Amino acid sequence: MSQQLRDLFARAHGERRPLFVAYVTGGYPSPEETVPILLALEAGGADVIEIGVPFSDPLADGATIQHANQVAIEHGVTLRDCFGFVREARSRGLRAPVVFMGYYNPILSLGEARTAAEARAAGADGFIVVDLPPEEAGSFLTACKANDMSFIPLVAPTTRDARIEKIAAVADAFIYCVSVTGTTGKGNVAVDDLPLFLGRVRERTDLPLAVGFGITRREHVEAVGAVADAAVIGSAIIAAIDAAETDRLAQRVMEFVKDVSGR
Amino acid sequence: MGTESAPRPLSPRFGEFGGRYIPETLVGAHEDLEAAYDEARRDPAFQAKLADLLKHYVGRPTPLYFAERMTRDCGGARIWIKREDLAHTGAHKINNALGQALLAKRLGKPRIIAETGAGQHGVATATVCAMMDLECAVYMGTEDIQRQSLNVFRMKMLGATVVPVDSGSKTLKDAINEAMRDWVTNVRTTHYIIGSAIGPHPFPTIVRDFQSVIGREARAQMLEQAGKLPDVAIACVGGGSNAIGLFYPLLDDPVRLIGVEAGGSGVGSGKHSATLVAGRPGVLHGTKTYLLQDPNGQVLETHSISAGLDYPGVGPEHSWLKTSERAEYVAVDDRQALEGFQALTRTEGIIPALEPSHAIYHAMQVARTMRPDQDLLIGLSGRGDKDMHTVAAALGVTL
Repeated sequence: MSQQLRDLFARAHGERRPLFVAYVTGGYPSPEETVPILLALEAGGADVIEIGVPFSDPLADGATIQHANQVAIEHGVTLRDCFGFVREARSRGLRAPVVFMGYYNPILSLGEARTAAEARAAGADGFIVVDLPPEEAGSFLTACKANDMSFIPLVAPTTRDARIEKIAAVADAFIYCVSVTGTTGKGNVAVDDLPLFLGRVRERTDLPLAVGFGITRREHVEAVGAVADAAVIGSAIIAAIDAAETDRLAQRVMEFVKDVSGR
Repeated sequence: MGTESAPRPLSPRFGEFGGRYIPETLVGAHEDLEAAYDEARRDPAFQAKLADLLKHYVGRPTPLYFAERMTRDCGGARIWIKREDLAHTGAHKINNALGQALLAKRLGKPRIIAETGAGQHGVATATVCAMMDLECAVYMGTEDIQRQSLNVFRMKMLGATVVPVDSGSKTLKDAINEAMRDWVTNVRTTHYIIGSAIGPHPFPTIVRDFQSVIGREARAQMLEQAGKLPDVAIACVGGGSNAIGLFYPLLDDPVRLIGVEAGGSGVGSGKHSATLVAGRPGVLHGTKTYLLQDPNGQVLETHSISAGLDYPGVGPEHSWLKTSERAEYVAVDDRQALEGFQALTRTEGIIPALEPSHAIYHAMQVARTMRPDQDLLIGLSGRGDKDMHTVAAALGVTL
């Protein structure tokens, strides 16, 4: 469990302030630009940073993040390189908790215990593994616990009530609620359906809830913030990177995050 | 999956392999599918419907053919061929497509998606969807669309939408990724008919059970026609559905089982699809199994002359059969597969698909080492009409 993540959510809850979680694919658009982007995300108002670990087959991601994954892999970016991004960003003053988001195979390939230990040593706080439901997560959960890392499970609109309890039982920092059935980057968060969905989750856990998938604009962030503890934005940040002039990348990312987060 | 005895409980694992590594959005659908299948396999009405369609629609049982000339040419074991190429639509894929379409009906899902490599599974799925009045979308890599244009046209004629997939290696793996993305989005109305014995639990079990009709028939036919079981059974392995269908009913028999993977330009060249021969365990498409991957866990692009074997994973039960040493797995390269293709065509007047041509080549090598009183069984998973352009090009002929 990451105490930093726990404290942050508890503090924000006390202040009745929804958190803003910003995602970027590690090594996109290039490994050299990743650390400046991480710092820009925090400067723009990100409370938590998600680093996407590139994977060759990101089957829950839409075209934008697929492309970012592909580019990062072409740069040879690995899971351990993502640990390196955090280490360097910390040495350059990054304070926000960092969680890795990605798929299971790179973790399995490096080794679950080694992954958790090296991530912790680099200064990271947790993992979101899209294709690792609680039933399959036993050994990785153990590795995360042993290294004070949070394992952040996902809940989807199609998740049944009884299962929500099972999922909540493996969480210790927050639960990632997938806003819609679908892939990332469609800009289609179903704001009107959220209260019912989140209500089902809240009835079964006291843990903070972050909502992601389909959130692209400030109105989305505000609407989600009204009903959830945190809003996650990912593909829209990748799109902002793509739209930025190469020599002003970090600046543009910071401006975008400032604007979309309302900070 | 006999109706005569109580089926074993559905297990999510084959040894350490298998499991269900999927996005949370899809968990409910897999639980529903597992429950529906568990009921269906015990339901005499479902089994009767399936058996009726297999007989009158697919044309089962498919023949077991004694390959007399090929036997003589090889000068060793008697060679027997299980003729899945004679099943409706020309390959074994229809066995699974039919069973799963009946399951979709049972689940009340009006829309079907599928992935296809060589196009045989896409054609089989489009076929059963036409017959059962289901909406059908088939995901296919653009590389495969180009080399299997005949099957693309067949699918369209059957009323399916063929969705081109331009990501990654533009072949089977990427078609599966894209089908999964569709399923994550439309899971409430859609059933995904996975075409091989791969994917998350319960798919490897469902596909194996529906394909086991191959091995059940072949086993009975061997006993009747040869008077004994085969000493060796050989089938090609991409995802491995025809191989597991042939092997599964023979697992408890003293039969040597050999799966033949696609060696592409040679296993040493790095341009191949020989997952069990050259890979290591990992997780792809929801299952833990052998994978072709780089040292960092990125899945590698594969190469094979046969689109249907061009896949970097393999069914998890094959991984289990390998590590438990119940079956052995070898690689046959593109050139050797063409040799197998030509040999069967010339000696027996049977034009095989390029996928089973790999198995035929290896079977010829193994038969030569065996005695004339021994029997070797080949799973001929499909016919070769779809591959004529590829074969012509490989032989330097312009059609």
